[in-house]
Amino acid sequence: MKRSLLYLLPIVVLAGLIGFFWRGLYLNPRILPSPLIGKSVPVFSLPELRHPEDPITQQSLMGHVSLVNVWGTWCYACREEQQTLMAFARQNVVPIYGWDYKDDRQAALAWLSQRGDPYAAVAFDANGDAAINWGVYGAPETFLIDAHGIIRYKYIGPLTLDVIQHDLLPRIQALRHEGT
Amino acid sequence: MRHALILSLAAVLLSCLWLPPARAVDSEPPFSNPQLQQRYENLIHEFRCLVCFDESIANSDADLAADFRRQVHQMVAQGKSDRQIKDFMADRYGDFVLYQPPVQPNTWLLWGGPFLLLLIALVALAFILRRRAHMDTVDGEEGS
Repeated sequence: MKRSLLYLLPIVVLAGLIGFFWRGLYLNPRILPSPLIGKSVPVFSLPELRHPEDPITQQSLMGHVSLVNVWGTWCYACREEQQTLMAFARQNVVPIYGWDYKDDRQAALAWLSQRGDPYAAVAFDANGDAAINWGVYGAPETFLIDAHGIIRYKYIGPLTLDVIQHDLLPRIQALRHEGT
Repeated sequence: MRHALILSLAAVLLSCLWLPPARAVDSEPPFSNPQLQQRYENLIHEFRCLVCFDESIANSDADLAADFRRQVHQMVAQGKSDRQIKDFMADRYGDFVLYQPPVQPNTWLLWGGPFLLLLIALVALAFILRRRAHMDTVDGEEGS
């Protein structure tokens, strides 16, 4: 009896390993959880892309639920995402702030005038230094900010209507509820 | 002929040993203080380039790695300690950005795992040896 249990041990261990690796197959190692969820938006001050004399700061994000969308004209996935953002902006659910990351001002202005501009305002972060405080490591990335300026959720990769429907809208609704 | 072969083999092996560390990607100006430069160089080997994986920011030519090097360079110049610089990066990017994860509850298994396996192996070895010794004596008794 005792002996047969011992023979079972390797099978149990193997089953455990299979379960472990099976789960690993469906995890994307490129998507890192942000340690900034639940923390206040980092202090920053960046020129607005179209009105450089008007700086955008963490104060600009206070008092309302908003999205901060990190993009750049060099980012291919952002092209696709731009259409989604335009559609979402037309619904007027929350203001979308753009974070133009490691970019050229002229190229960014041309991009917005050609493809449409879904943003309430765009912070222009030419060399990407300010984005380090947000834990940005690529584009596109999107942060959901609550009315107190706290980062509540981060989505890495291009937003799609499906992601907005299932990941963003329920959270935005919940934040609205919290606020009232 | 045979000597030539051995010599060329030795040359190949030695050239492998003598590969200079890949530092060509770093464009930060060197510190005039060699101690700071040494700290900076040690530090950039401690951070993972998050977009290239399995490469430190010292060895990667990715844009993000250059940004991280610039950030580390600035902080070293500002007189921040190694601890402060590592905390700064981990606070923003998570422990994954550190090549050497901190010892904390969710990494106990990671750090202790090898020792745990060694312990299990030793216990199994002791078990097997004892049984073998026992079987030997039983065999011996049968033989006499």
